[in-house]
Amino acid sequence: MSVFQLSGRTGGTVGLDSPGAPNRRNTELGLLAFAVLLPTLAYANVGLALDRRLPAGMLEYGLGMGALALVAHLVMRRFAPYADPLLLPLATLLNGLGLVMIWRLDKAGPLLQNNYPAAANQLLWSALGVAFFCAVIVLLKDHRVLQRYTYISMAAALVLLAAPAFFPARASDFGAKIWIHLGSFSIQPGEFAKIILAVFFAGYLTANRDALALASRRVLGLYLPRGRDLGPILVVWLLSILILVFETDLGSSLLFFGLFVVMLYVATERTSWIVFGLLLSVAGAAFVGSTENHVKVRMNAWLDPLAAFGAHPPPGSTEQIGQALFAFGTGGVTGTGLGQGRSWLIGFAAKSDFILGSFGEELGLTGLMAVFAVYGLIVQRALRTALAARDPFGKLLAVGLGSAFALQVFVVAGGVTGLIPLTGMTMPFMAQGGSSVIANWALIALLLKISDSARRPRPEPTRAVGA
Amino acid sequence: MNKPIRRVSVFCLILIMALLLRTNWIQGVQADSYANSPYNDRVKYDRYAYPRGNIIVGGQPVTQSNFVNGYRYKYKTGWTDGAMYAPVTGYSSQAYGSNQLEQLEDPILSGTDDRLFFRNTLDMLTGKQKQGGDVVTTINAKAQKAAFDGLGDKKGAAVAIDPRTGAILALVSTPSYDPSTIAGTTDDTAWKSLNADPNQPMLNRALRQTYPPGSTFKLVTAATAFETGKFQSPDDQTDTPQTYTLPGTNTQLNNDSPDEPCTNATLKDALAISCNTVFGKIGAELGSQKLLAQADKFGFNNTVDTPIRSAPSVFPNNSSPDGTAMDAIGQHNTAATPLQMAMVAAAIANNGKLMQPYLVDEERSANSTTISKHTEHEMDQAISPATAQKLQQMMVAVVQDGTGKKAQINGVEVGGKTGTAQHGQGNSGLPFAWFVSYAKVGDNAPVAVAVVVEDGAASSNEISGGSIAAPIAKSVMQAVIGQ
Repeated sequence: MSVFQLSGRTGGTVGLDSPGAPNRRNTELGLLAFAVLLPTLAYANVGLALDRRLPAGMLEYGLGMGALALVAHLVMRRFAPYADPLLLPLATLLNGLGLVMIWRLDKAGPLLQNNYPAAANQLLWSALGVAFFCAVIVLLKDHRVLQRYTYISMAAALVLLAAPAFFPARASDFGAKIWIHLGSFSIQPGEFAKIILAVFFAGYLTANRDALALASRRVLGLYLPRGRDLGPILVVWLLSILILVFETDLGSSLLFFGLFVVMLYVATERTSWIVFGLLLSVAGAAFVGSTENHVKVRMNAWLDPLAAFGAHPPPGSTEQIGQALFAFGTGGVTGTGLGQGRSWLIGFAAKSDFILGSFGEELGLTGLMAVFAVYGLIVQRALRTALAARDPFGKLLAVGLGSAFALQVFVVAGGVTGLIPLTGMTMPFMAQGGSSVIANWALIALLLKISDSARRPRPEPTRAVGA
Repeated sequence: MNKPIRRVSVFCLILIMALLLRTNWIQGVQADSYANSPYNDRVKYDRYAYPRGNIIVGGQPVTQSNFVNGYRYKYKTGWTDGAMYAPVTGYSSQAYGSNQLEQLEDPILSGTDDRLFFRNTLDMLTGKQKQGGDVVTTINAKAQKAAFDGLGDKKGAAVAIDPRTGAILALVSTPSYDPSTIAGTTDDTAWKSLNADPNQPMLNRALRQTYPPGSTFKLVTAATAFETGKFQSPDDQTDTPQTYTLPGTNTQLNNDSPDEPCTNATLKDALAISCNTVFGKIGAELGSQKLLAQADKFGFNNTVDTPIRSAPSVFPNNSSPDGTAMDAIGQHNTAATPLQMAMVAAAIANNGKLMQPYLVDEERSANSTTISKHTEHEMDQAISPATAQKLQQMMVAVVQDGTGKKAQINGVEVGGKTGTAQHGQGNSGLPFAWFVSYAKVGDNAPVAVAVVVEDGAASSNEISGGSIAAPIAKSVMQAVIGQ
């Protein structure tokens, strides 16, 4: 354990240990005001563009967002005063912009296929998400408590991941079985599994990293783990393959396996794990890609997104990616302006997986780069928190949450922009969907808790007290 | 653990960088190709998102952009006298795209032309609604109406050209259709029935249909005879037998009636009464290469962009001598569009100089600033002025004393040529009635016309060109010269 203490301490020397360090809550408040104001103006912009007048609900929207942000901020002041000042405003901004875009697409009416008003519900989900956020901040006294639940987390994650396979899929799921449908109610358990898995991995690796890191043989310049230590990574690999096969969801599979490899690497500092992980994922992807039709169709759609428009579209092809590319291309550098694009042409999933297409069309390259920069900032604040964390569990958990968030953003945005094959995942905070918004608020809350304990001034040494 | 964390954060940065680069690629570098993709429906919607410019005939717009405030399309194009102007404007449909001027001039009409950039930017800054520019045509509204009314229920086409400039004064094709019936998104029935109609109302016969020109082609044969020096004067005798046997065959080429004085007739008389024997023999003696060279100078075997592209008229390259004799009287493999025959008449009327036919006089922005104006230019000196004079003399004789009497206009010099083209298996089809002509006021020839009427007569005789097509050509010429 001494090794951890040492590394924990070096991680802690980021200059915030000194007593009386500013807690940055006022910075957060100022940024929050901006994060509420910007979406409110965007809301006004949509109304002016579509109806040539300020939207009727503008005041309520602004006040509602403001109230939510204010509650979260006050909770932070009381229960996590030393936490990172950027994370809450960044999440608020993304959530607010997502709401505006969903409302804007609501207003497209029948132009968008299967359209129904979703903004009010999404606002409700956002409120629930913030409530969840507050609950985590208030109720979780210390993030290290979670380490006790390592194996319960594992069990919970397994149940969550496996659940969708046992529920009947719906046509609207488009192949990927990542939802649980209960009546009119749908849950995407993968969003929660992401966090719980990070907790499990962090707890497991904190306990076993010595064995994994030290007991290894050197072959061809790589440290190969012992056979019995390979067990867990093979189990997780198998699990991600099973997800891929039974739920035909490339995105979740990629996310969970990537998360595990990254955390394993950080815990053991052994590059060989990355090489190993890459080899395994390539093998898995190649196997599933050549056998699973659903995955094959998506590969083809990625290689030739406009094939679906031709006279003889390949079977199973959809116009989605092509439509998204048209939206991005039409947006160009400056965009059409909010409310003035035609991103409803994207059709299916325009408000969820493909909401970036609307941002790309209406805010242009400029706006989309800003959005990516905000996501990038969240990731970097999470990893900064990992650097600053004083305990290995906190470090691992922060790395896990941060890289899971980064991977999700990459997989979704990369899929929508045609950089990589499309997978069924939602853009954190922006996309329509309750599970996603609640889970991601919880993720931010955990990061803030770790950050709070990392930046909290150390108690005065006992010597000083004694003297 | 901090070293791997730093590496992980570099890795995450790379992921975000990759997204940023990708966005720059699709929204910067490739943006235009996606924005203007034929599969991108935005292009269609944009075309009707603000008032589209109009196509103007004689100072009056014949198209309108009507604000219909639909969900996807805000504007819809309407037509005044749509059926009459359809061969000129084409259609502009929300569902079916556009054609002819509506398509070719789309950058101006929809206001996306680069030359409108300055004005569009100015409008954007001043908050003015974007608006397409107008296209001013060369069409003479009266001539167009005369031709359209003259053709009436008949199937056919008429083209009138100002020989001095090449300006197209009338462009009519019947049966026609009203483009406003297919302008919207719910006109499926009309669209289907128009496309299934055996009479092909959407075919632009004036520019895109070729017919055997029949005896009207004798003008080209006569022109070749003068240009090559085979004959010097319209009054030269032609050394033609009563019946002419096509070279290398036993086939007799007859005239319409054995009573016609075609034996050894002069060129002028032969044209006036349209002797097949005379011109078949001349053609065979000239040979296909000389005829081809002359036909090409009149514009045969080439498309003409008016800007609506015409079908190429055909004079064959490789006919046998007997075939050439038939080609020379506008049968066999010779085929011409009405535009082509109007060009022949126009070149003769303009002393041999063939002007490039054009339909668009001016493109202008929504506030009537000229963006471009047509400058006339010569396609070819098709025949020498001297040859042109001789042909004019002969054409005047056709109208004065020959088969084209119905085209006479009091006090105006009118030259013309009738044609009755056989077609179909064993010439079983009803003949195409042709009339090409020009009218001269003083030394000026302000109009040349070609009219073709399909299924032109109850029986196949020479009279049909003169009796059915000539009156239509006459009314078009009268409309132009104001009588």
